[in-house]
Amino acid sequence: MSTRPAPTPEPPAGLGGSRAQQAASAAIAVARAVPVVWIVLAVLIVWISAASPFFLTPEGILAYLKRSAPLAILAIGAYFVLASGEFDLSVGSLVTVVVVVAARVSDGDPANTYPVIALLFAIGIAVGLFNGFCTTILRVPSFIVTLAMLLMLNGAVFLWTGGAPRGALADNFRTIGREGITGIPVIEEIPYSVLVLVAFAGVALWLAQGGYGRRMLAVGDNDRAAALSGINVSRVRIAAFVLSATSAVIAGILLGGFAGVTSQVGQGLEFQAITAAVLGGTLLGGGRGSVTGAIGGALVLQALFMLLNLYDVDNAVEQTVTGLLIIGAVSLAAFRTRAA
Amino acid sequence: MTRAMARARPRLSAGSLPGRAAAALGAFARTTSGPVWLVLVAVFLACQLAVSIDGGVFLSVDNIRDMLVRSVALGIVAAGQTLVILGASLDLSVAYVVSLASIIGAETMADQESRIPLGILAVLAFGAAVGLANGLVITKLRVNAFIATLGVALILRGIIESRYSGPVGGVPDRFEDLGYESWGPVPISVVLLFAIVGTGWFLLRYTRFGNRLYAVGGEEQVAKLSGVRTHRVIIVAHVLCAVTAAITGLFLASRLGAGSPLVGTDGGYDLESIAAVVLGGTYLLGGRGGVLGTIAGVFILAMLDNTFNQLEVNAFAKDVARGTIIIAAVAAYSVRWRRRRRRESARAGPGQPAPSGAHALEAAR
Repeated sequence: MSTRPAPTPEPPAGLGGSRAQQAASAAIAVARAVPVVWIVLAVLIVWISAASPFFLTPEGILAYLKRSAPLAILAIGAYFVLASGEFDLSVGSLVTVVVVVAARVSDGDPANTYPVIALLFAIGIAVGLFNGFCTTILRVPSFIVTLAMLLMLNGAVFLWTGGAPRGALADNFRTIGREGITGIPVIEEIPYSVLVLVAFAGVALWLAQGGYGRRMLAVGDNDRAAALSGINVSRVRIAAFVLSATSAVIAGILLGGFAGVTSQVGQGLEFQAITAAVLGGTLLGGGRGSVTGAIGGALVLQALFMLLNLYDVDNAVEQTVTGLLIIGAVSLAAFRTRAA
Repeated sequence: MTRAMARARPRLSAGSLPGRAAAALGAFARTTSGPVWLVLVAVFLACQLAVSIDGGVFLSVDNIRDMLVRSVALGIVAAGQTLVILGASLDLSVAYVVSLASIIGAETMADQESRIPLGILAVLAFGAAVGLANGLVITKLRVNAFIATLGVALILRGIIESRYSGPVGGVPDRFEDLGYESWGPVPISVVLLFAIVGTGWFLLRYTRFGNRLYAVGGEEQVAKLSGVRTHRVIIVAHVLCAVTAAITGLFLASRLGAGSPLVGTDGGYDLESIAAVVLGGTYLLGGRGGVLGTIAGVFILAMLDNTFNQLEVNAFAKDVARGTIIIAAVAAYSVRWRRRRRRESARAGPGQPAPSGAHALEAAR
C-alpha cells in the first residue's frame, strides 16, 4: 500500500527554530511519507541527468522507459504472485522459451507473426495453469514447483536449440519491441513497448483496485482467514500465476524485438522481477504491495544499470553494487515500516 | 505451542544412554525423513530395473562408489541448507560461496603442502564471515532472507567476476587426496560427507541449538516469547550453512586441483540444494524435517543422474523427469502430513479447540 503524504506537522512557533530548520523538518516529514522506491528513483534520476544531460530530454526519457518496459511488466506479474503469498521463479526461462519458440516457428515469415503470438500466449497460460495447479491442488510449495518448471523450460530450450537458437524473428514481430509511432510533435516517437507497458499497467491497476486485488491481498495476508470468509483461495492463486506467466510472454515478445534471439535472453530475469517488486514495497510472503511500487522498483533497477553504464562500471562490479543497493533499500523500508 | 517444541519435550527428558538410543530409534521411524527413505528405495529399484533392462550395471561397488562421490558436493551444501530452511530462512548465496571458497583455498595453499592448514582456516573463516553477514542482514536489518541472500550472492558474484575468469591457484598433491583417495573401500570425501551429515544430525537432535532452531522455524514469535534468542539462532544457522558451502568449495578445489570461479554456479548448488532439502521431506517454511532426509534426497538425485547418464537420455527428458519426481514426492509428503494432522486432531477429541496459529495456516496450505 502506498502511503499518502501526511500533512507536514507545523512546529509550534514559540519553540524557536530558524526558518531553515523548519524547512528541513518539513522536508524530512515529506520524505517519511513517500515510499522509499520513489526517493531512490529521484536520487538516481538526478544523478544520471547530472552525468548525461541527454537523459532529461523527451527522447532520453522515452528511451529509458522503453528499456525498462519488459522488466516493469515482469515486476507487475511478480507483484500478483508475491502478494498472494507465492513465488514464481519460472518467468525468466519462460521469456527465453517465448523468444526461441517465436524464432523457430515463425522462421522470419511476417505472415506467421499473429498466429505465433497466439501460440506464445497459449504456452504462457498453460505454464501459469500448471504452476497454479501444482501449488494449490497438489499443495507443493510454489518455490519448488516453479523451480522445477524453470529446469524443465531450460531443458526444453536446450533440447530444441542444441545451444544455438535457430530461425529468425519476422520484422513485424520485432517492430513491437523496437519501433514506435512516429511523427508526433515534440517527442517525435512513442515506442510501442511503452504503450504496451501502459496498457498492461492499466489492466493490472484495474485488477488490483477491484475485487480481485482485495481478495488477492487477503489470501496473501492470511489464507486461512480468507478461505473462511468465502474466498476461493486456489482460484485467486491460480489466476496470479496465469497473470505472471502472461507478463513473461509479453516481456518476451518485447525483448525478442529489442535484444534479438539468444538462449540467454531471460537469464536471471525472475530474480530481477522479484527484486523490483520487493524494492517497490511488496512483502514476500504476501499481503502487502502495490502495482505502482512494482513499476517503480523496475524503474529503479533500470536506472541503476544505466548509471553504472554511464560510469563505464565493469559488468561484474555492477552485480556487487546492485546487491548492496537491494539490501540497503529493503532494510531502509523495513526500518520505516517499524518506525511508522 | 508449536509441534516442534511439543516434539522436543520428551527428547529433553530422555534419561539413560540405552533409553536415549531407543527413543532416537523410535523418533526416527516417526520423523519426516521416514517416507523419504521409502522413496529412495523405490527410486533405487526403478533405476536398477531400468539400467538392467538396458543391459547396464547399476548395483556394483564401482557404480555405488561413483554415485556417492558425486553426491559429496551437493550433500555437504544441502546439509547446511537444511539448517537454515529449518529455521524458516534460506540461503541463495551458497553457489558463489562455493566458487569463492575454492579460489581462496587454492590461492592460499599455492601448491605448498605446508600451507594446507592455513588454506583450510582461511576458507572456513571466509565461510563464517559470509554466513555472519547473511544472518546479520536478515535479523538486524530485517531484510527477507530471499532478498538478503540474493543480494549477498550478487555482491560475491561481482567480486568473483571482476577478478577471476579462469582457474587460479593450485592445491598440493597431498590435498588432492581428499578428492581422490580412499580409506580401504571408502573414498575419503564420502567419509567427510557422512561426518558433516552426522554432525548436523547430532546438532539438531541433541543440542539446545537444534531444539531452538526447530522452535524458531515453527513459529518465531512463540519461540521468542518462550525466551529463545531467535536472532542468535538464525545467525548461527546461517554461519553453519555458509561454512558447509565453503567446505564444499575446498572439496571441489581438491578435485579440480585449482580454484575455479565457475564451479559453484555450474553445479547450480543454490537451487539444487534447496530442491534436495525439500525432496528430503523438510518443510520449506521451516520447523519440520532434518539432515537425514536431505541426504536421502541428494542420493535420489544422484541415482537419477547416474541412471539417465547410463541410458543416455537427452537433457530435456532428464529435466522433466527430475522435475516431475520432485513435485510428486513433495505433493505426497504434504498429503501425508495433512492426513497425520487430521488424525491427531481427531484423537484430541471434539472438545478440543480448533487448531490455532501455525497449525491453522498449515491446514490452509
